[in-house]
Amino acid sequence: MSDAILSIEGLSKQFQLHEQHKLIPSCAHVALQVFSGELSALIGPTGAGKSSVLKCIYRTYLPSAGRMLYRDAQGHVTDLALASEHRMLALRQNDIGFVTQFLHCLPRKSALDVVAEPLMSRGADRNLAHDKARELLARLNVPERLWGVPPATFSGGEKQRVNLARGLIARPRLLLLDEPTASLDPATTERVIELLQAIKAEGVAMLAIFHQPGLVQRLADRVVELKPPVAATDLLETCAS
Amino acid sequence: MKKILEVRGLAKIHGRGCAHCIDSTGPEMDTNICAHCGSVVATHGVSFDLHEGEILGIMGESGSGKSTVVKTLFFDDAPSAGEALFFHGERQWNLFDLNAAQQRWLRNHRFGMVYQNPHLGLNFNVTAGGNIAERLLMSDLAHYGEIRERARQLLSRTEVLPERMDESPRKFSGGMQQRVQIAKALATRPPLLFLDEVTTGLDLSVQARILDLILEIQQELGTAMIVVTHDLGVIRLLAGRTIVMKYGRVIESGLTDQILEDPQHAYTQRLVASAL
Repeated sequence: MSDAILSIEGLSKQFQLHEQHKLIPSCAHVALQVFSGELSALIGPTGAGKSSVLKCIYRTYLPSAGRMLYRDAQGHVTDLALASEHRMLALRQNDIGFVTQFLHCLPRKSALDVVAEPLMSRGADRNLAHDKARELLARLNVPERLWGVPPATFSGGEKQRVNLARGLIARPRLLLLDEPTASLDPATTERVIELLQAIKAEGVAMLAIFHQPGLVQRLADRVVELKPPVAATDLLETCAS
Repeated sequence: MKKILEVRGLAKIHGRGCAHCIDSTGPEMDTNICAHCGSVVATHGVSFDLHEGEILGIMGESGSGKSTVVKTLFFDDAPSAGEALFFHGERQWNLFDLNAAQQRWLRNHRFGMVYQNPHLGLNFNVTAGGNIAERLLMSDLAHYGEIRERARQLLSRTEVLPERMDESPRKFSGGMQQRVQIAKALATRPPLLFLDEVTTGLDLSVQARILDLILEIQQELGTAMIVVTHDLGVIRLLAGRTIVMKYGRVIESGLTDQILEDPQHAYTQRLVASAL
């Protein structure tokens, strides 16, 4: 099929640490496709570079090799590996969402503002954005007494749900999820699964890292397994100079 | 998003300069002083684009030339070479080809600057309100009552007590002085704002509130900003894109999260690794 929203070929990422004169390989020869209304699961052992793949797509990491072809709503294809900074910023605002493992946010903003922000940065009305944020936080079982409080003091699971709500609120075309249920109890995990199934049905394309096989089985339409870079120690070359 | 500023090959050399200035300075040479003629190459070959409503960070240590970039764009300093185009509405200005009157007009109507040192941005011989009135007068607002009302609004927006608008900023705390500077810079609702180390030297809690204020203003007014700082925290909080400078040269530029999480240049890696 050629109508994938995201099509990755030969993606590799390695870090060149100048101070230590080292090349650290992260992911290598990754090929995968993500379709709208489907979830592609990224699986593999720790150190296989799963998170690096997501960060390369979001361009928090600069890929070392490979192509990452993203097809936008108008059908234009952009190689995210080569896209300009301004193009990436526009895609992040309108097309591509990223729910990271950890919540990075302003320490002085309430959970409600944190969740509503992606909608507001797209120009949505503040009240409307807050209504949507309330709805999502309620759906994800975040206790109402926390909504007006900055998430800095929240538990891991509460932060993760705030993070998820923030990632879902603007309904990106492509959603990247890094272990979205890692620190959730079974009941809340169930809520998240329902929510992900619902937005999948709305046509959002998802690429998600999962560790529990049960989740993969229930949510994934396709599975991509990453292996750690072959004999990582052999590849740790000492750079000349 | 539309482009508001285009800078190409901006350079500033202090001193008479010679044929070897460029080759004998920069990060590889580990100096910005020319060994042949003693001139200081403050910046060389700086190019970037800024879009409407965007915040660009310029990061570097003292002597990296980061402040020189905004000083030349705000006409505080004349560049030795380079070109800068400013776009607004249907018009475009070639900044370094303008005469003094045209430059003054842009400074008063279209640009704003907040300096690290409040003495540079404020007149301490007049009141806080007077400082803002000064800028409003220069931008052709002349009605006394209107000016006073607008000054009051601006000061309360930047969280300066309106009761203190008739005091000299000399009596204010450092954080308050910065707030008055920001109010003054914003008085004419400029589409482009330069911020030069605006939180350096302030208490952490004061820094945080000033940075929050800057972000709120950027969201309310859609002001494009160039933020010059040595502080990674300020960059992380404010800037979408970042330029890293050393000894007058741009050594790296990229999306801010990429610069902080996947820095490419040895110097940036060291800088990020030494953050507290």
